[in-house]
Amino acid sequence: MSDLLVIGGLVKRFGGLAATDGVDLAVGEGELHALIGPNGAGKTTLISQISGTLAPDAGHIRLQGQDITRLTMHERVARGLARSFQVTSLFRGFSVRDNLALAVQARSGSSFRFFAPARNERALFEEADRLAQRVDLQDRLDTQASVLAHGEQRRLEIALALATRPRLLLLDEPLAGLGPEESARMVALIESLRADCSLLLVEHDMDAVFRLAGRISVLVAGKIIATGTPEQIRNHAEVRRAYLGDEAVGA
Amino acid sequence: MAAGTPLHHAVRWALVGPALVLLALLPVLLTAIDQPFYLVPATRILIYAIAATSLNLLVGFGGMVSFGHAAFFGTGAYVTGIAAMHGLQSAWLAWPLAMVVAGVAAFAIGLVSLRTRGVYFIMITLAFAQMMYYVFVSMKTYGGEDGLALESRSALGFGLSLKSDTTFYYVTLVLAVLSIAVLWRVVNSRFGRTLQGIRENEIRMEAVGFPVFRHKLAAFVIAGAVAGLAGALAANQTDMASPAFLNWHQSGMLLIMVILGGVHSFLGPAIGAAVLLLLEEFVGDMTTHWQFYVGAVLVAVVLFAPNGIATLAVRRSRV
Amino acid sequence: MDAILLVEQALNGLQFGLMLFLLAAGLTLVFGIMDMINLAHGSLYMVGAYLAATVATATGSFLVGAAAAVVGTAVVGMLLEVTLLRRLYKRDHLHQVLATFGLLLMANEAVRMIWGPEALSLPMPEALAGPVEIGGLVYPAFRLMIIAVGIVVAVLLYVLVAHTRLGMLVRAGASNREMARAMGVRVSTVFTLVFGIGAALCAVAGAMLGPLLAVQVGMGESILILAFVVIVIGGIGSVRGAFVGAVLVGMVDTFGRTLLPMSLRAVLPPQIAGNLGPALASILIYVLMAGVLFWRPQGLFPARG
Repeated sequence: MSDLLVIGGLVKRFGGLAATDGVDLAVGEGELHALIGPNGAGKTTLISQISGTLAPDAGHIRLQGQDITRLTMHERVARGLARSFQVTSLFRGFSVRDNLALAVQARSGSSFRFFAPARNERALFEEADRLAQRVDLQDRLDTQASVLAHGEQRRLEIALALATRPRLLLLDEPLAGLGPEESARMVALIESLRADCSLLLVEHDMDAVFRLAGRISVLVAGKIIATGTPEQIRNHAEVRRAYLGDEAVGA
Repeated sequence: MAAGTPLHHAVRWALVGPALVLLALLPVLLTAIDQPFYLVPATRILIYAIAATSLNLLVGFGGMVSFGHAAFFGTGAYVTGIAAMHGLQSAWLAWPLAMVVAGVAAFAIGLVSLRTRGVYFIMITLAFAQMMYYVFVSMKTYGGEDGLALESRSALGFGLSLKSDTTFYYVTLVLAVLSIAVLWRVVNSRFGRTLQGIRENEIRMEAVGFPVFRHKLAAFVIAGAVAGLAGALAANQTDMASPAFLNWHQSGMLLIMVILGGVHSFLGPAIGAAVLLLLEEFVGDMTTHWQFYVGAVLVAVVLFAPNGIATLAVRRSRV
Repeated sequence: MDAILLVEQALNGLQFGLMLFLLAAGLTLVFGIMDMINLAHGSLYMVGAYLAATVATATGSFLVGAAAAVVGTAVVGMLLEVTLLRRLYKRDHLHQVLATFGLLLMANEAVRMIWGPEALSLPMPEALAGPVEIGGLVYPAFRLMIIAVGIVVAVLLYVLVAHTRLGMLVRAGASNREMARAMGVRVSTVFTLVFGIGAALCAVAGAMLGPLLAVQVGMGESILILAFVVIVIGGIGSVRGAFVGAVLVGMVDTFGRTLLPMSLRAVLPPQIAGNLGPALASILIYVLMAGVLFWRPQGLFPARG
């Protein structure tokens, strides 16, 4: 299994506090890798650095062997690294179709075209329709994104990321706020994504994580304390301590 | 509204067609009712319609509330005046030059101000426009605080002269229709959709792979260049490049035109320009304090008819 | 001789900067605690100057005029806040900009209706009309007093913001607006009070600068834009940032206007230098602003994360 994403010695400090404290992490081609950790472990900080919204203080991030540490978010997207957001981030005022067509447009040629009406570019909208089908929103194409149900919005969020045709998809708590039925649907969707790309999944729902992930990395206080198969992680003494301690006090 | 805001803005020919016919016949109609002098304010409205529509590319479609659009309008006017002073009087050269220089100014100002958002952006565009004001006012060779008188109106060739109010009107009408049509195509193009996406959710645009900053800068340059054309026309109409063109009141007035007409409709700003300038024309005849009433209307509109002016663009202006 | 010129320019720059601070402080407080951009802030400065000129001329006392201006403008400011501006706090910035721009147009015309179109003069207090000599430097006494007043007000503001309950609310508002709302202790009264303070600061600046500049319609506008530059440089919402930004802008502008044309004349032909000098000098502070923004997009002292 060759490594798609390799992170080495990543450090991010806020003031005196190291939110990311020398993280090494590798996601293989075709892998579904989960990142778990108690609240405040620095998961979001890490995701932000991988996706390019936050610049690390030290260390490197490589995608397919290329150093992307200094690239902007849109440059990383162009190289096949997409993300979904923990807090749904859509074009709320636009229809589902326009949401998706816009995302398709981003990777299908230059958008510095000033004159030809984009509405006539059938390919954009056909692709948008296919993506809607993929996340089971084909009946909602003409609905404004803001009036979709929460579960539908979460699926549109995934579809927007998929539209970029990622090699690696970062999913930031895709199950957040979903009821049991929608959760099951989302888990099935994530499972189906493995055919398209590698995934790095940040999630609090342990049942889902242990069902979906091929490997799991555990982040505690900015450090990866363990990486392994679900079985190995389940039996890892340090992980149990960190986790059970957290569960007992917090959530 | 369940289908969402349309990204494509179709021309409503049922309204636009008759309006165009009316505008084309206006000189004839005004002569028929023996009021030909109204052609001058009508030309003025068309000039400001160009400027306001260009500003709306930023405010209404890009979500960038620029309070410094007068900088580019005024630059266009001054370039025309300065070019004429140095012997360049052909409209075919001077006006494109005005657009290029205004576009370059927009590029430079945009490069810095587009790094910021929300209220910072408002203040910074305002400040840079004020900077342009001081730059032109401090150049004594070009009139200083008195403004630069145009030695003669730009030359068109083909036996046409801008000294004729009718010719000037038609030239302005053609340019207004052309530039508004071009902006309309831009709004509906790939670029225009991108711009509207940026207005709606900038972070999401970046996350699906758009180079957001570059698109915003390009929009800023286009809007600046078109405003420069309006400025070149304004300099010709008033026979001078006046510092008042660069004043921040001018930026405010352009913004008011955009808002009065409604940012969500493509032709709204042009209508807003007509409303505001007609208000100035008629209320200005009755009282010298007409701006008091403009101010009162503005306050009232914001307080009591927020939905009349509440738009998509505006939501994005929060920090 | 050159050293004396430099000291004189430094004093001028400090004086200008301190007056800018009075305006910027009010603006930044209002923005920081209420999330409101107020273009009519300069109008309060204008109203202050007009009140000072009117009362000072009527009573023959500059001091009475200044006091009346401060009280009167604070009242006007608080009335505006209660009747109109508080309705704008929750609105987006475009609406705030438009409504307060409308207010500014109204204020300009109202002043014109009341006082007429001609500029008023605000006589200097006689005791301070002359120059004083300090170690070879002859400097107008009134300008020294402006500096003194500016410093005293800045110190008072610092004490107010750093050491009082009101100041705590202001700081909480600037760094965490939600928390300020959650605290909920008569927040609306605090807002009115802060607005009154901002208006009073404007009036102080109006009364102090009145004798040096013409008291006229629109006088508040160019200084308002400079105050914007100041708070953009200093960081919106930060009083300390406003102080540093104001003094920086005052100094750069003052020195730019004397030193830049002088040095240009030394190296360039007079025709070019005569045009270029003032033009470059007038854009210097905007270049400063652009520079600060380039390195620190949130200003020198960002009040919020």
